Parts: sequence; structure tokens; C-alpha cells
Amino acid sequence: MTTFIIRRLILLLPVLLGITFITFSMTRLLPGDPCFAVMGEKATVAQCQEYRQRQGLNDPLPVQFVHYLNNIAHGDFGQSLRNNRQVTDIVMERLPMTLEVAIGATLFSTTFGILLGIVSAVKRNSIIDVVTMMIANAGVSMPVFWLGLVLAYIFALTFKGTPLWIPPSGRLTSGLSIPPLVQTYNLQNLSGPMLTLVTFASNTVTFNALITGNFKVLGDALWHLILPCVAVGTIPLSIIARMTRASLLEILGQDYIRTARAKGLRERVVIIKHALRNALLPIVTIVGLSIGGLLSGAPLTETVFSLPGMGTELIRAILSRDYTVVQAFTVIIALIFVTINLIVDLSYAFLDPRIRLQ
Amino acid sequence: MKTINSTGLLKQASQRTPFQKVLHRITRHRSAQVGFLILGLMIAIAILAPVLAPFDPIKVLTDVKVRTPPCIHWLGCPADQPEHIFGVDGNRRDLLSRIIFGARLSLVIGIASATFAILVGVILGALAGFIGGWFDNLIMRLMDVLLAFPSLILAIAIVAVLGPGLINVLLAVSIVAIPVYARVVRASVLQVKEQDFISASRALGVSNFGLLINHVMPNALTPIIVQGTLGIASAILDSAALSFLGLGAPPPTPEWGLMLGEERNSVFNAPHLVFIPGIAIMLTVLAFNLIGDGLRDSLDPRLVHGG
Repeated sequence: MTTFIIRRLILLLPVLLGITFITFSMTRLLPGDPCFAVMGEKATVAQCQEYRQRQGLNDPLPVQFVHYLNNIAHGDFGQSLRNNRQVTDIVMERLPMTLEVAIGATLFSTTFGILLGIVSAVKRNSIIDVVTMMIANAGVSMPVFWLGLVLAYIFALTFKGTPLWIPPSGRLTSGLSIPPLVQTYNLQNLSGPMLTLVTFASNTVTFNALITGNFKVLGDALWHLILPCVAVGTIPLSIIARMTRASLLEILGQDYIRTARAKGLRERVVIIKHALRNALLPIVTIVGLSIGGLLSGAPLTETVFSLPGMGTELIRAILSRDYTVVQAFTVIIALIFVTINLIVDLSYAFLDPRIRLQ
Repeated sequence: MKTINSTGLLKQASQRTPFQKVLHRITRHRSAQVGFLILGLMIAIAILAPVLAPFDPIKVLTDVKVRTPPCIHWLGCPADQPEHIFGVDGNRRDLLSRIIFGARLSLVIGIASATFAILVGVILGALAGFIGGWFDNLIMRLMDVLLAFPSLILAIAIVAVLGPGLINVLLAVSIVAIPVYARVVRASVLQVKEQDFISASRALGVSNFGLLINHVMPNALTPIIVQGTLGIASAILDSAALSFLGLGAPPPTPEWGLMLGEERNSVFNAPHLVFIPGIAIMLTVLAFNLIGDGLRDSLDPRLVHGG
């Protein structure tokens, strides 16, 4: 297993290099002089010359690329062109929101997707099966931003005044807030990577509220997460349900399932222990792929629900030509995506011993 | 063995060419039927747009209020009010006309970007699989890197470089889809290339190019047809998403995603402006998804032979 993991990690290196190379070249291909983008249209030639020298923009491109790689390896993504903040700080502030939605949506889509898939496969051609598959077909065809708006309309307007009302936007009810962990635990003397980590944990509102025992904020944060998670989770839910159904149906036709039934096992044991386990491989693939889809959808759902995540910041950065932020965010999202794919690959080896031996 | 009575039928079935068999199966495939029906309707609407649309899709009307809800005389809307079946948008334009003209744009963008992606993907994948060696490695590693980005994020980044606009969206959505086709074609080419009939043709003196075009490609096309149909669906979704974010079609283009994006803040007081364009996108995407599923089932040789 260890050799398998090491081999997969080594295979990852060229991909990582490729990702950074593509984002690097993209920003170098951008129209316009970065100097004017940062210092404004009125910058003089001398000022620009000085700026280019300082930023290393006069070096040959390969040298610049190596510098860029070196900086990334040290967690330094440069400064935002718009507000002079460190991009790493912006990431630590924005990433938690995106991850909270992604994790919530994954839990939602995986649980209900697999459940619906099993029910459809077991009760094949029943009314439940037909309805589930119709919903699943519609689900993969829906634009996620549209579904978000429709859910907001239903739960925030139609159910207004009822217990089913769910807030349509924002992260916490206004007036509620949670102190950063640095303050709660008196960690003022922290610095470097530890401080970054604590800031990250602190900005993850649900996590912060959970460990500090602030259940009022925790409940409120989760309540605000419901609609975004359901909106982002519906498409993966549909895909997972379809895949679970197809995979399970194929397995249920196998001889060993007939044997299991023939020896008198209860149907539930046959389905869960014998069939589902063997049907898991394609399901895991689809779950992994759909987490990537969740990241892809982040700019859309965050825009719809006005959430302060990576997606809304990415769009802001693009529209205001804040290229360092665009570059950093693209690399980071791709890194998360690649890591998830790696975990999916490793889980194959865990689920199917034959793959380990190859 | 089938019964003796059906020998005639069996004979008839076996006389069909493979193309006829597929055609026979797909016209009897339930979801494909629904898909073709919706798509046919959409194509008809797109072609007949100037005839069907009651108003000019970008003309600002003067006799109506902003965001008027749908008014249909037949359903009891007072006759003294002008009829707007889907209502009026935030710039006082007739929504129905905009939806009708939007069908043109969505279909053209979806089909054009999928076609471009398929062309480039098929060429790259076929050459990689056929030539092999360092060329194969180079192309496929590049495709791996492109696949390492979540598709919409990469498309957004490409639009950031190229600048907003419909053509750039089309390019971005295509580039993002290329690796999928390249992979599919390469896999098929690798599989076909080792077969005896290829060695036989080579022995008969057929050139490499001739082999690729006449023998390898026809055998690798099946998965591309299925993938391409599903690809049109995701191209329509992605381009609508980019327009929704304000990175695609410039206003006042009647583009469904843009229409949704422009009116997203009025979902609570004029929901029709958000619901209707979304349903239009969903139906079009659904049509291609259903046809894709149908094609996959009809083209699967296991189903054709196994019954």
C-alpha cells in the first residue's frame, strides 16, 4: 500500500508543475502592463521601470517561473494588486466558507444520493424508481445558480413566517458574530504557519463555534448553510443516485447474490453487505468527481447566496483585473481538486485489493 | 433459440445494417424520444424566432411598467393591458421574445463549442494514440493538467485572460472540454490499432494517414458520438453560467444565463424573470442529456448482440 501511495504521489509532480505553469503563463499572456494595473494609468516610465525591477519582471521568463515556484512552495502568493493585502491572508479568510459549503453539500448529496439509488435499484420500475430517476434526470440538467434562486424563493419567501423559513443569504444573522480563536485562547504571540492555521480554523465559523461551545452561533451558521448546500448538492445527488442504481442493478444480477439469497440471508444483508460493497467502486469515483464539481460551482452559488467565499472573491478579482488573486485562487482550487482525485485513487486501492497488487 | 414462428422477423432483423439497427433502437428508446421531442421543439423555435416572437427582443417598450408580471388575455388578464405571455423584464423588454431568441444563441453556442472541442480533441487524441511514444506522452500529460482544474474555474480563468464576450466564452468552454474527447478517442484508437484488420491493411500498403482515417477512426467514433451529445449539454450549462456571472454575452443580448444574472436580485418581487429563463436552460440541457443516454444504450454493442 505504501509503495502504491508513493508511486501515485510521484505521478502527481508533473501535474502540479503543469498547473503552476499554465496559471503562470496565463497571467503573463494577459493584455496590458501590470505596472499600470497596479500604479494606475498615470504612472511614469521611471516609476514603471522601478516597479518592474522590484517585482523581477525584467528577468527572463524561465527565471521568473522558478521564482514563482519558489514563492508558492513557501506559501507566498504575493500581494493583491487592488488592496495590497497578502493573497495568503485573503485565502485564509475566504477558503473556509467555500469548504464549509463543499463539505455540507458532499454529505447531503452522498447520503441521499446513495439512499435514493439503493431504493430505486431494489424497487426497480416501481413508482419510487420512476420518480427518483425523473428527478435525477432533471437534477443533472439544472443550472445550479437557478436552483439556488428557486430554493431561496421557496424557503425565504413562500415559507416566510413559518418554522420552515430559511435565510436566503449571508453567513450569520446580522448582529451575531464569533471572536477569533486567537482572542478566545489568548494566542497573541503566535506567528508564521501556526498563526495562519489558527486564523483558518477561526474563520471556519462552524468549527470555531463547535470547539468554543458557542452553540447559538453554530446553529445559526448551519441554518444559513442549508440552502447553499442543498443547491450545490442537488446535481451531484442526481449523478450519485443514477450511478448507485446502475451499479447496484448490475451487481444484483450476479451469481453470488443468487447464492446469498439461496442460503437464506435476509434481503437487507444481501443488499448492504454483499451487493453494495461490490457496487461501491464506481460510486466512489463519482463522489470524488462531484466534489470537484462542487468547487467548480462555488463562484455561482456564492454569488447567488452572497457568501464571502473563494468564488465571489475570484469573480471580483477577475472583474477588477486583480491578477495575483486570480492566479493564486486558480492554483489553490486546482490543488484541492488534485488532492481529492488522489484520495479517490487511494480509496480504490483500499476498496479493491486487486488494484494494490497491479 | 427463438421460436420457429419468428424466423421471418429474425431474418428481417439480421438484414438491417448496423446503422439501421441503431436507428431502430433509438427511435424506440423512451428517454431518447422525449429528448428528440424537446430538441425538435427548441430547434423549431430557434429557426422560426423572427416569426414567433411578438416583439423585438432588445427593443425597450414604452407602454408597460418595469417587471410587469405575465399577462395572458385568454387566462383573464384585462383586455386593455398589452399581452405579454412571460411578462416584461427590468428594462421593459418582452420576456417571451427574449426567451425565443435565446434558444438560437444557446443552441448555437452549445453545438459550436462542442464541435470545436470534438475536432481538436479527436485530432489530438487520434494522433497521440496512433503515433505513440513521446508525442503521446506530451499530449496526454497536457490533457491531464487541463483535467486537474475544475472545469468552470478553468473556463473562468481563460475568460479572464481573453476578456469577457460571447466568442471568448465559446472558446473557454471548448478548451475545457478538449481533454475528455482526446482521452476517449486515444483509448479507442489504442484498442483498434492492435487488431488484425489494421495489420492486414498495413500489409496491403495502406498509408498511415489512410489507416487512421479509413480504418481506425470509424471504429473509434461511437464513444465520441455519445460524449459529444452530453458535451453539448454541459457546454450550454457552462456558457450560461459564465454569462450569469457577467463574463459572457454583453447586455442586451437575449442570452438565457445573462437574463437570469441581470434579474437575480428581483427573484422575490418578479420571480417570473428568474424562473422562466432557468426552465428554458433546463429543458434544452435535458433534451441533450436524454438523447445522449439513448445513444449510449443504442450504440452499446453488448446490447445489440446480447438483446
